[in-house]
Amino acid sequence: MACSTSKDSPELPDFSLLKRLARDQLIYLLEQLPGKKDLFIEADLMSPLDRISNVSILKQHDVDKLYKVENKPIFSTSDQLCFLIRPRIQTVKWICDVINADKASGKCRRYKVIFTPQKFYACETIFEEQGVYGDVTMDEWAFYLLPLDNDVISLELPEFFQDNFVAGDQRWVRTAGSALHLLHSIYGPLSKVYGLGKCSKMVYESWREKVEEGDQKAQNSEIGTVFLIDRDVDFVTPLCSQVVYEGLVDDIFRIKCGCVDFGSDGSSDKSVKVMLNAEDKVFNEIRNEHFSNVFGFLSQKARNLQRAYDKRQGMDIQQMKTFVSEELKGLKQEHRLLSLHISASESIMKKKTKQDFQELLKYEHSLLEGFDIRECISFIEEHINSQVSMIESLRLLCLLSLTENGLLQKDYRSFKTQYLQSYGTEHLLTFATLKQMGLLVEQQQGETLTVMENQVGKLVNNKTAGKLTDAFSSLAKKSHFRALSRKLNLVPKSDEDYDLRVPRDMAYIFSGAYVPLSCKLIEQVLERDGWTGLEEVVRLLNGNEFVVTGNNGATKEAQRVILVMFLGGCTFSEISALRFLGRERGYRFIVVTTAITNSSRMLEALLVDHL
Amino acid sequence: MALITANWNPLGEAFYRKTELYVMSWNLRDGLKDCLVAAAPYGGPIALLREPVRRSPSARPQLEIYSASGVVIASFPWKSGPVIQLGWTVSDELLCIQEDGSVLIYDLFGSFKRHFSMGQEVVQSQALEAKVFHSPYGTGVAIVTGSFRFTLATNISDLKLRRLPAVPGLQGLPSCWSVLTQDRQTKVLLVIGMELYILDNTSCTAVCAPGLSPQSGNVVHMCVSFSYKYLALFTDTGHVWMGYSNLQDKLSQADTKVRTPPKQMVWCRRSKSQQPAVVMMWDRLLLVVGQCNDIIQFPLESQCVCVGELDGVRIISATNQELLQEVPLVCQDIFKIASMAPGALLLEAHREYEKSSQKADEYLREIKEQNMLGEAVRQCVEAAGHEYDPNTQKSLLRAASFGKCFLTDFSPEHFVSTCRELRVLNAVRENSVGLPLTHTQFKQITLQVLIDRLVYRQMYQLAIEICRYLKIPDYQGVSRVLKHWAACKVQQKDLSDEAIARAVCLKVGDSPGVSYSHIASKAYECGRTELAIKLLDSEARSGEQVPLLLKMKRSQLALSKAVESGDTDLVYTVVSYLKNEMNRGDFFMTLRNQPVALSLYRQFCKLQEQETLRDLYNQDDDHQELANYYVSASYREKRLDSRLSLLQSAVDEFNKAKNDFAAKATEDEMRLLRFQKKLDDEKGAGLLGMSLQATMETLLVLGLYKQTDQLYRDFKVPDKRYWWLKLKALAEKEEWDELEKFSKSKKSPIGYLAFVEVCMKRNNKYEAKKYVSRVTPEQKVKGHLAISDLEGAADAAIERRNESEITTVMARCSATDRLLMERLHRAKLSIAKK
Repeated sequence: MACSTSKDSPELPDFSLLKRLARDQLIYLLEQLPGKKDLFIEADLMSPLDRISNVSILKQHDVDKLYKVENKPIFSTSDQLCFLIRPRIQTVKWICDVINADKASGKCRRYKVIFTPQKFYACETIFEEQGVYGDVTMDEWAFYLLPLDNDVISLELPEFFQDNFVAGDQRWVRTAGSALHLLHSIYGPLSKVYGLGKCSKMVYESWREKVEEGDQKAQNSEIGTVFLIDRDVDFVTPLCSQVVYEGLVDDIFRIKCGCVDFGSDGSSDKSVKVMLNAEDKVFNEIRNEHFSNVFGFLSQKARNLQRAYDKRQGMDIQQMKTFVSEELKGLKQEHRLLSLHISASESIMKKKTKQDFQELLKYEHSLLEGFDIRECISFIEEHINSQVSMIESLRLLCLLSLTENGLLQKDYRSFKTQYLQSYGTEHLLTFATLKQMGLLVEQQQGETLTVMENQVGKLVNNKTAGKLTDAFSSLAKKSHFRALSRKLNLVPKSDEDYDLRVPRDMAYIFSGAYVPLSCKLIEQVLERDGWTGLEEVVRLLNGNEFVVTGNNGATKEAQRVILVMFLGGCTFSEISALRFLGRERGYRFIVVTTAITNSSRMLEALLVDHL
Repeated sequence: MALITANWNPLGEAFYRKTELYVMSWNLRDGLKDCLVAAAPYGGPIALLREPVRRSPSARPQLEIYSASGVVIASFPWKSGPVIQLGWTVSDELLCIQEDGSVLIYDLFGSFKRHFSMGQEVVQSQALEAKVFHSPYGTGVAIVTGSFRFTLATNISDLKLRRLPAVPGLQGLPSCWSVLTQDRQTKVLLVIGMELYILDNTSCTAVCAPGLSPQSGNVVHMCVSFSYKYLALFTDTGHVWMGYSNLQDKLSQADTKVRTPPKQMVWCRRSKSQQPAVVMMWDRLLLVVGQCNDIIQFPLESQCVCVGELDGVRIISATNQELLQEVPLVCQDIFKIASMAPGALLLEAHREYEKSSQKADEYLREIKEQNMLGEAVRQCVEAAGHEYDPNTQKSLLRAASFGKCFLTDFSPEHFVSTCRELRVLNAVRENSVGLPLTHTQFKQITLQVLIDRLVYRQMYQLAIEICRYLKIPDYQGVSRVLKHWAACKVQQKDLSDEAIARAVCLKVGDSPGVSYSHIASKAYECGRTELAIKLLDSEARSGEQVPLLLKMKRSQLALSKAVESGDTDLVYTVVSYLKNEMNRGDFFMTLRNQPVALSLYRQFCKLQEQETLRDLYNQDDDHQELANYYVSASYREKRLDSRLSLLQSAVDEFNKAKNDFAAKATEDEMRLLRFQKKLDDEKGAGLLGMSLQATMETLLVLGLYKQTDQLYRDFKVPDKRYWWLKLKALAEKEEWDELEKFSKSKKSPIGYLAFVEVCMKRNNKYEAKKYVSRVTPEQKVKGHLAISDLEGAADAAIERRNESEITTVMARCSATDRLLMERLHRAKLSIAKK
């Protein structure tokens, strides 16, 4: 990407260490159960496990067969069973069923349950209630962090979002604190901390406690600054359609744990699974590009490649030999990657460059800018009426509500009716959740709300009103997107042309229509070295901002390495935006997230489940 | 220095000396006569039980506890059963072993702590003799019962009783016995007449002491050294046999010429002893018998008690206390008359230097010539450590310091640490403290233990000063002492809760490693709940407060503290505790005030106890949530009637919650379900549970247009969606005639472009064409383009004189459409001109 780099970005710490640590600990835990054993793995732990270990390593440590943990009887002949699971009540219950079934049939086995990244007391009580507490040994595998790339680390806890922001269950806060503490202890004291959001604050507290408990060794720090941000600070960004290559690939094919399945399109029938990270040279050059540039780039690349191949003509034997031994392999590799991404782009083009996608983007941008809202509303109506997609319709509704600070009562009701009739009345519960989250709300008549707020305000001092305030705070959970957008200049003036090939600012990740709020906040805070001057913005975001400056042991170099932790997930677009910001300002961003998210993942977490 | 060697007595090559430790502060009327005495090693406390054998059953003997210097610590009448033996544990607890085999444990201050029994058998047969012994495993107790069986407990803090096998032929008490710790096993060595036996866990083995001739007579007394390595036997002919306790080797044998068995026999040796010796005590006589057959005699004025130490023997009498020990070699070297050892010369040199005599230089020169100045300094420092008298210590240390000046690269470390340690030792040797520790003993027990001992004696101030003086890290030093201090402070009954809490907080402050919850739990243990709560307030880590609060039944407070800690596991612990403790109503009320706990519990209920969830909402009159609960419950229900009744409940609740919209939606759902059921029964359509949209779709696919229309009307389905639905369904079925009919039924609310596009999706250009003409002018171009009719699109665009539309059409043109392109181009130009 052509950009004017003001300063050289510092080097990134080596995060492969985290993988090694996790692997070694897992091996140690497996060895605690000597002898042949069958390993049952929680379905969504398979991919993370794949990233740090492989079957042969497991086999080396006496793992005989591998199974998925499921809610059904098992057919294992081993007399030792090891379960590797997330601390979920549901999974624990399944394990209890397995053990009780064994007991009923008089089978005697040893059971070991390894919780990762930690064990919850609630899980233990399930074992107790089911009467199998004494039959299992429990362990914790402190596999907090999975490096997805050299600058992206994931906790792989998609349920963090749902548990924390929907159910108000703070069980993962300490997990996040521990994860930070792990980084702190390996990559040196993280001296400066900025944060925004209630959860961030709690995570910081939990981390601080851990640091204080342990002994503090002086060591070189490789990461100087940390930025903690709650996902509910900015819901708009993850709900926008992604148009940067990596984000688009995620929206369409769903990148899972750094790996994507391009499906069986094109020539071969076999599905193509590809790792997407900085090691893929071609991908690394296009991942952060606006999709409109990708094709041009790829064809340029293809031409260069052809030229390199063409060099063969007119070579003598000696030259040919060197060519084959030195260059050919690299070229072949590049060739393979190139054709891969070209076919991926083609299939994206097929799906996304049609009229309706352009139209969708147009209305999305209108929503962000706040123009032609009535037209947007009819577009969404049409969207529901023509039954395009359950999730997409919901996404547009939420965007509308967030940007417009709620829907008019008339619209709200009619949309709801349409939606319920289309997709089932059970979505009454989905709407209840969305309302509670402040994602899709009815506009309050200006006056009534303030009156209520005042009353609540008076009651706040009274402790018994705590519950009441909670109830009202969801009502009062207003989105101040418009005001924020003005204050932070999130929507660039649309009258000038935006050259997506030479991005001016982070807005390029949304075709120049919108600077992601989350990233803008980070930029502003870093620029101002704190929250001063952002008081009004912070107030609109419900406060809970903080800055902590520790004893500054970090070098100048390390201070420009900034760890951004998204609590509740972040999108690839945001990562791209931060990478851009880093190049512009000479920072190096490391993104730590509870999980990679996008609009569909987020909304699916909020959909009513039939369970 | 005549003074120093005055109390030296030669024993073979070595010297033994008696140093006075204390003039005892106590005032014992009858001396130590008729007393059961126990004094702990390492300068430990002394316990005294007068007249243990009672004259009458109602007599109450007095139990007294003194410090080593004789300062009374506690005194109380003994009200329990007859005591046969007293002893001290390694942590300064007093063991009183009673005849019935029960062992009562008291602390230094005479307060009862706990008791245990040496077994059922003892209760009947009584314990005849008992010994308290120390091993690496802790403090142990061994007894012989009335049936002449031995029972052992190796470590009383982890009580495991071992009844040793019977000794064949043992018809009475053995003439003497002793406990040995060998090869990580505790054994008993006993003597019956001339025979020696070793009794271990499984067997009784006859052994003999090598070189002990039968002529020497019967063994009547024995003793084992401090380290269990050496054994001494006394025979009724007055011979003393000394050897290894493993009975492999003999060291020597001596004749004391005293036939009566001694009252006490104790090894007196130190590591690197030149001349290990055994000290024997009779009523009026004390003998020191060395390996070289030499004997030192000390007359005794009154009855005494000997306490074996690591490096000597303490002799306690009614009036004073002395330490008998071999004079360390280094002290001998320095103080021996006419010694020419470098240390002795250095001491002399310094003495002359103080007198400002030039002889100092001569001595110094002499040492330097031999190149021994370093050695001289080292000797002086080491000797200072062994000396008990501060003045002697000082003169030695001064000499060392003086000698050090003439050395260039001499590490001061040893000197400095010795000075510091001596200062500490002198302080604890003070009469008022009464810990007569030698430097060797101090090194053995370590500073940590010394501080513990001071803490046991409640000498907190001194302990803290020592910690500070020796610069021990707070965590191990001051904080630890403060912790004990506070735990003791909260037991002071005469102070108010307020005063104690204030005093504790003031002193402890936020010292690292002192846990307020620990102090609070102590307060609670002695029944001061209010104080405990006050103290808990100072605990910074709210998580730490929770367990104690629960114990004190302050569950509400525990819950809020748990929530504060941010540890959900802790919250959950409290919640599940409360759930069991409280009745349901109170439990819910409690949760209601704690949203965090409530949502945690809700999460749990969602997966575990759906019913509870309902009760929870019911309690809160949360109609909205209750309604939601019914809705979600209805979807789990398979049977239609129960499903409907759940939905009816939901409707009721929605109404109560004034959510008329949701109530209406739910009613609609019920209506739909009934409708679906009916059709399923009639036509087997399989509709039940589908959304309205899906139902209509299915009906259309099945060709049930009438019923579809009915739904459309009944549920007020918006025209637009209905048209979309019907359009798609008909196209899907390729019912083109029906579609055309439908399109003409009235003006399409979704326009006709949709018709074109849908037809094209089914690749039916012919049908699509039919609708292009009906598309609104604005969409005409799009319509034509959709069926790839470039001409038509061009016509429409040009007709509408719309530049952007013309451009769009041009973009679609390929090279073959030259004529068309030109036409469009011209049109565009003409528009641009205007």
